[in-house]
Amino acid sequence: MRELATTAMIELSHIDRHFQVGDQLVKALDDVSLHIDRGEYISIMGPSGSGKSTLLNLLGLLDQPTAGTYFLDEVDVTSLDDGQQAHLRNKAIGFVFQMFHLVPRLTAAENVELPLVLAGVPVEERKRLIEPSLEALGIAERAHHKPDQLSGGQRQRVAIARATVMQPGVLLADEPTGNLDHKSGEDVIAILEGLVDQGITLIMVTHDMDMGRRATRQLRMMDGRLDQDLRTSNHGPS
Amino acid sequence: MTTTDFLRLTGTSLIAHRARSLLTALGIAVGIAAVVLLTSIGEGLQQFVMAQFTQFGTTIVAINPGKATTAGTSMGMFGTERPLTIEDAMALEQLPFARAVVPFVQGNAEVEFGGRRRRTTVYGAGPAMPEAFRMGVSVGRFLPEDNPAAPRAFAVLGSKMRDELFREENPLGQLITIAGSRFRVVGVLESKGTVLGFDLDDTVYIPAARAMSLFNVEGLIEIDVMYEEGVPVDRVVDGIRRLLTARHGRDDVTITTQQQMLDVLGGVLDMLTFAVAAIGGISLLVGAIGIVTIMTIAVNERTNEIGLLRALGAQRSQVLSLFLGEAIVLAAAGGLAGLLLGAGLGQLLRVFVPALPVQTSVFYALLAEAVAVSIGLVAGVLPARRAAHLDPVEALRAE
Ligand SMILES: Nc1ncnc2c1ncn2[C@@H]1O[C@H](COP(=O)(O)OP(=O)(O)O)[C@@H](O)[C@H]1O
Ligand SMILES: [Mg+2]
Repeated sequence: MRELATTAMIELSHIDRHFQVGDQLVKALDDVSLHIDRGEYISIMGPSGSGKSTLLNLLGLLDQPTAGTYFLDEVDVTSLDDGQQAHLRNKAIGFVFQMFHLVPRLTAAENVELPLVLAGVPVEERKRLIEPSLEALGIAERAHHKPDQLSGGQRQRVAIARATVMQPGVLLADEPTGNLDHKSGEDVIAILEGLVDQGITLIMVTHDMDMGRRATRQLRMMDGRLDQDLRTSNHGPS
Repeated sequence: MTTTDFLRLTGTSLIAHRARSLLTALGIAVGIAAVVLLTSIGEGLQQFVMAQFTQFGTTIVAINPGKATTAGTSMGMFGTERPLTIEDAMALEQLPFARAVVPFVQGNAEVEFGGRRRRTTVYGAGPAMPEAFRMGVSVGRFLPEDNPAAPRAFAVLGSKMRDELFREENPLGQLITIAGSRFRVVGVLESKGTVLGFDLDDTVYIPAARAMSLFNVEGLIEIDVMYEEGVPVDRVVDGIRRLLTARHGRDDVTITTQQQMLDVLGGVLDMLTFAVAAIGGISLLVGAIGIVTIMTIAVNERTNEIGLLRALGAQRSQVLSLFLGEAIVLAAAGGLAGLLLGAGLGQLLRVFVPALPVQTSVFYALLAEAVAVSIGLVAGVLPARRAAHLDPVEALRAE
């Protein structure tokens, strides 16, 4: 169990993310302010093109806001340079993508190992971290399989193992079940909820209303703005 | 990242595209093999030629009629200088440092004995020739110390000439006919082989004065002076020049020292080696373009992977070094293969063409490998930089 801090884990104030496309200004994010506490379970819903992915990329330091400030763990991350942001992505943030994004020529275990390799974690310690992670996600027997030998659900579990092996505080998932059948999708959501129970902050973009409603806090986006912020008491199947 | 991680990441991606990696490395390998092989031949040729040259001894200066201009042509073409004569050679013998003086005339003539004829090069020389040029006599003796102005009609045969003309017979004391004049054979030289393209064994040596009248020439083509060891070469050149200037009334000869000959020859051979290396360099350039192409394709294909690595926290420098590393590994592997290929072909040449001396220099081999690695580095820089500076969001979204 992680300690719950009193201060906000994520604090967005008046965030804009504008794109200039030709002579048209696209406001992918328009004056978004958001306060997220440690350990929250948040779903982001909204029509296609409403800015959900842009928000997630920004939270994950893959993208920079056009205006506004972003505090992550009390650090003004918009003032950090590229190298420092990369360091934070490695240590503090986990990503799960709709397309899995596994490296096809590496085995499941090697894919999970990647963040540890980039962080320069010694080889013996890596083993100590990877094995339980694969175990917990039920893919230990598949450790030495390549992605193309795995089912969609298994691939996403490898991706989740990779996103969590560094034990980040926040996990960002952009439509993690979008490429999965219903059953595998349910499994993946259950795994993610298990991580929430262990104290991780989960922010998940989803198209699926039912899945979105399971989160304890549901955000709705519309035209780059946060237009609904709904809290329910406890997560679980609705 | 440890070296093992690094090699695994670059290695697996190179292996994932085996055929492509192999072909790209082959481009470099061919270039390196060409450089190694050609420099091996060049180097070997140089050593071979130098050895050939110095076997005559190093305390020799050559005197030729006419003043060499900077363009290398002799003023003798205009016929303004006095010819070099037997008397000049006799006078040079009086110089205190002169150990041996050999006058030279050369011509082609038909040599005949017992119905067998052979057209060959005939050298007019002096009795001091074996000493000056370190030539041994195998049978009989060399030309005797006659009056240089009126020597007897004696001839000495090269070993091949003796074999061709006399077969099993004893040539000593026999009369042969050279261009219609009769000469008595007094000796046979030891085999000297081919030197710079001249077969010194397929020749006949006769006294210089006899050769001059035989070929109807007024002057010698060269006088070689072998000087005492330890005498500074400048003093030798000065002494010769002063003597001949006094005899001819002006300075109208060209004096070439052994060192100058070696320098000129060395320069020519250096240029040959360099030209050959330049040809290899062009193949390497082509190989480098291959690497740039393949790495650019690799970056395009793996845009997703680059985005992922960045999302997982890879620093730009880590992405850069991964792709740069791939280019270098590719080039270095190609270089190594080329090195083995070049050296192997060199050894093969040695077996099949023993006359061509092949010598793979460690220096050139290391230089070639260093060049290969640098090519990888230079060729990889642009694609790798592009990879490192991709926008992570766009990279992840790429198809
Ligand atoms: N790199 C970009 N250049 C221009 N427009 C962009 C870019 N990224 C996103 N957008 C635009 O921003 C808006 C929000 O996109 P996105 O966050 O991907 O929406 P979604 O809610 O479907 O995930 C869309 O109108 C999209 O076209
Ligand atoms: Mg989206």
